[in-house]
Formats: sequence, structure tokens, C-alpha cells
Amino acid sequence: MPGPFQPPRVSQMNRISLPAPMREELAAIAVDGYPYETCGVLVGACADDGVRVEKVFQARNLNTERARDRYVLDPDDLMSADLAAREAGLEIIGFWHTHPDHPARPSETDREAAWDGYSYIILSVSGSRVEDLRSWRLNGEGFVEEQVAA
Amino acid sequence: MSSVIVRIPTPLRSFAGGQSEITAEGADVGAVLGAIGADHPELLARIMKDDGQPREFVNIYLGSDNVRTLNGMDTPVSEGDVLSVLPAVAGGAA
Repeated sequence: MPGPFQPPRVSQMNRISLPAPMREELAAIAVDGYPYETCGVLVGACADDGVRVEKVFQARNLNTERARDRYVLDPDDLMSADLAAREAGLEIIGFWHTHPDHPARPSETDREAAWDGYSYIILSVSGSRVEDLRSWRLNGEGFVEEQVAA
Repeated sequence: MSSVIVRIPTPLRSFAGGQSEITAEGADVGAVLGAIGADHPELLARIMKDDGQPREFVNIYLGSDNVRTLNGMDTPVSEGDVLSVLPAVAGGAA
């Protein structure tokens, strides 16, 4: 007998609010950058039930040798986003990147560099369209999916 | 000895008594971070390795310059300088 259906682990505690204009902005960057990975910074604030994205920044991908399946977010771009966030009274709440022709699920490479306490949005992009967008948060050794709301 | 502001990223503030900034004194970057580690050892452990170098997925900026492009942890600091601790962000589909 098969066991009961096990839904994906979705955090009941964390929700990320990503308003439609910012979701569209990320999608446009993802499609424009295809077939290469694009990446950037999520700036926002804490909300009652999670975090709320107020601004998205694109950063340069310094991994030019494997830009189709790897990224290294330019730390200078992160520093600039951090300054802009602080001047606006906001915080860096996470990061986003694309997985061209791969699912919007974190890889082992993603896990190795991730920090507890940030949201990691991944967009699966194929050709001229974004197939999926999911958000993840490291919880100890593994990722837990967050609820993405508008 | 110079008094320097150290900016703490949100995920590490629980190891800094909830503070977003800490003022500490030292002659160089390593000394300033070592000084905050005296009061917040768990914070320091998440920024620096036992050998005194930054952890792999941590970047430290002095003003707008990554200290890795300067003289690393031996980079001298001046009164009123700002050190920012930031994650080094990387990953990818494979």
C-alpha cells in the first residue's frame, strides 16, 4: 500500500510577498538573460507573516565560464544594493536567480552558499517564458519552500 | 586605535544582541572584528575562521571597497570608518 500523499514541505511560518510589478520585472530580466543565469538582490522589510519585497535589483553574474548553470553575484553590486536599502529604511531580505532549462528548485550548489535567514527566489526560465517561480529559505541543512504571495 | 562602525546583516543580528550596527575599536579590520568578538563570540564565529580570515561565503567591505581587494584583514582603518559584513552569494542550477 502506498503511503499517504506527502505534500512538498512548505513553511507555515514564512511567506514572501512579491508584488506583481516586481514579479514581472524579474521575469523580464530572466527572459532577457536566457540562456544564461541572471541574479540579483531582494530589498524589503519584515511583515507580520514573513517578508515583503519592496525593490528588486539585478546584479552582474561574475561566473562567466559556467554562466548557463552557475552564478556568482557581484559583491560590489550587493554592496550598492545594501546602501540603497539602508538609505530607504529597508533591508536586504534575500536574493533571486534563474535556472535556465532547470526546475525552480535549489541545487546543492545553491545550498552550499546559502545563509539562514534570507529568502532565495528561483525562476525557472525556458526560451521566452518563465516556467515557474518559487522561493526558498534555508532551515538548518535543507531548504524549506516559502509561500509566494502577490 | 580607531573607532569604527560595523554593520551587521539581518540574519546575524540575533548573534549581536539584535543590533544592526556595533561600534568597536582597532587598528585594522581584523582587530576591529576581533574586538566585537569579545562581546559577541557567536557573531565572530560566523564571520571569521579560526585562522582570522573571512569565511568563504562572507564579504567584508571597508566603505565601498571589498577588503579582499585591499590588504585583507590587515587593512588599516581610520576613525569613523564603516565596515559592512555581507554574504557572498553564489549558486546555480547545477
